[in-house]
Amino acid sequence: MTAPALVDYADVVARYEPTLGLEVHVELSTNTKMFCGCATTFGAEPNTQVCPTCLGLPGSLPVVNRTAVESAIRIGLALNCSIAPWGRFARKNYFYPDMPKNFQTSQYDEPICVDGYMDVTLDDGEVVRVGIERAHMEEDTGKSLHVGGATGRIHGADYSLLDYNRAGVPLIEIVTRMIPGTGERAPEVARAYVTQLRDLIKSLGVSDVRMDQGSMRCDVNLSLSPAGSGVLGTRTETKNVNSLRSVERAVRYEMSRQAGVLDAGGEIVQETRHFEEQSGTTRAGRRKETSEDYRYFPEPDLVPIAPSESWVEELRGTLPEKPWERRARLQAEWGISDEELRDLVNAGAIDLISDTVAAGAPAGEARSWWVAYLAQQANARGVELAELPITPGQVARVIALVAAGDLNNKLARQVVDGVLAGEGEPDEVVESRGLTVVSDDGALIAAVDEALAAQPDVADKIRAGKVQAAGAIVGAVMKATRGQADAKRVRELIIERVGS
Amino acid sequence: MPSESGAISRDEVAHLARLARLAVTETELDTFAGQLDVILGSVARVGEVAAEDIPPTSHAVPLENVFRPDELRPGLSQEQALSGAPAAEEGRFRVPRILGEEA
Repeated sequence: MTAPALVDYADVVARYEPTLGLEVHVELSTNTKMFCGCATTFGAEPNTQVCPTCLGLPGSLPVVNRTAVESAIRIGLALNCSIAPWGRFARKNYFYPDMPKNFQTSQYDEPICVDGYMDVTLDDGEVVRVGIERAHMEEDTGKSLHVGGATGRIHGADYSLLDYNRAGVPLIEIVTRMIPGTGERAPEVARAYVTQLRDLIKSLGVSDVRMDQGSMRCDVNLSLSPAGSGVLGTRTETKNVNSLRSVERAVRYEMSRQAGVLDAGGEIVQETRHFEEQSGTTRAGRRKETSEDYRYFPEPDLVPIAPSESWVEELRGTLPEKPWERRARLQAEWGISDEELRDLVNAGAIDLISDTVAAGAPAGEARSWWVAYLAQQANARGVELAELPITPGQVARVIALVAAGDLNNKLARQVVDGVLAGEGEPDEVVESRGLTVVSDDGALIAAVDEALAAQPDVADKIRAGKVQAAGAIVGAVMKATRGQADAKRVRELIIERVGS
Repeated sequence: MPSESGAISRDEVAHLARLARLAVTETELDTFAGQLDVILGSVARVGEVAAEDIPPTSHAVPLENVFRPDELRPGLSQEQALSGAPAAEEGRFRVPRILGEEA
């Protein structure tokens, strides 16, 4: 049976109302796993960060990582959740080889964080309050590699290879309430929510929230109901949504696909679907098992967690300024427009500029270095701005050298090039490359005189009052001094020498 | 076919077998449904002595908040980890493919 045609997006939102739900998994960046002392380093050799506990060997017993619980509570507090005064872990039983225990230790009906919200700001400033149903603690699963078959997917694979390094890494699952009423903005709301959640968790320092490395993963729940009907449709859950852009695309695609099925008189099947990054489409995965199928029951090997009020309040005291509040503050301090701020956020430049300012540079200079020359260098190297091998402190030093008149802008760029090339601190680059402005007037006057003599017609124009003609002479002097002259001083000297 | 005590039906056994990816024949379904029914019936008798005022017990000892610090502890080497595996390849546990399923 061929799938019904996709419905044009404008047509979907004219006739259907989407209801969104988002489940985000965040891997905590603790040193060790949730229930054992194994390392959690990404990319280690397979099965080198394992022990009897995370391999589910007989006789092993789990013990909860205190830092992971603290991280969970801090995430909950940052999402305006209540912290459950008492709760247990639960076993989620299932028969997949990605957990060697044959169950995943999770939380079921007693999550540690409940009933919160986050106000999500869209690009045009509209605010959507997203309810947080719960955030609970669990453990990540191992990684499967499917061998044989043409597609690398399970279907058609001859066998699977399992690496349990990731099995047991602390995971926080954050589940929203249903988000109705977003209409045509559903894809945008989904993306904005995940973006803001990522920034929030990053600011807490509890996860590196790298979607590309899987330390933050998003499942998109979506259903459609006929506009005005008030009847909730059957939802699908789309997994494998591994970038912010994919979140938006997955919502949009599911809306068009589900509308096509409904228009053709079909029914939406409650199922797990997989997002295909290449095509931007989703494909059916396994039929969703019901929660009864997982036969949850309280984990007898772990004692309940009962965070005291004083512990919770102590953790509340460690919450940093919210990233969006910090941005609003910096925007006011730096005197920039909404659009400029957005560009800085998108370029990942906020922290870098802020740190450069903290190292003593004026905000305008700091901003211009990061968004112009350094952004070009990052682009050319195909890396993020923050990955450039130069620190905000070094950039601030270069800015200070320019302000002191020791460097002009051209030389400053050469100093930055030197730092990026691993030649050391800015001052060392200045020294080793011999990059200081020629401030000796004697040498400059000689160069100016020489240039004026070489271009007498230009000299006449300047003498006649056409000051802008001096540019040609400045250029000649800069060339003669290999760029190491202070252009402003050269211009002053030209006017002086022409007049004399 | 409803079971004798009604604790578990033949259909439920078939469903569990599917979840566990076990190929169970029709005859086996009858056998297992009967056996499981007896087992569940026996266990269910515990409920008969549990009065309203006795809350379900998940833990025998009233302990709370047992934590460990977030400190590394040496685990197993790859060789040790795989030493009990029936099959291994490229440093990984090798398991049979999962038929007709996509994760």
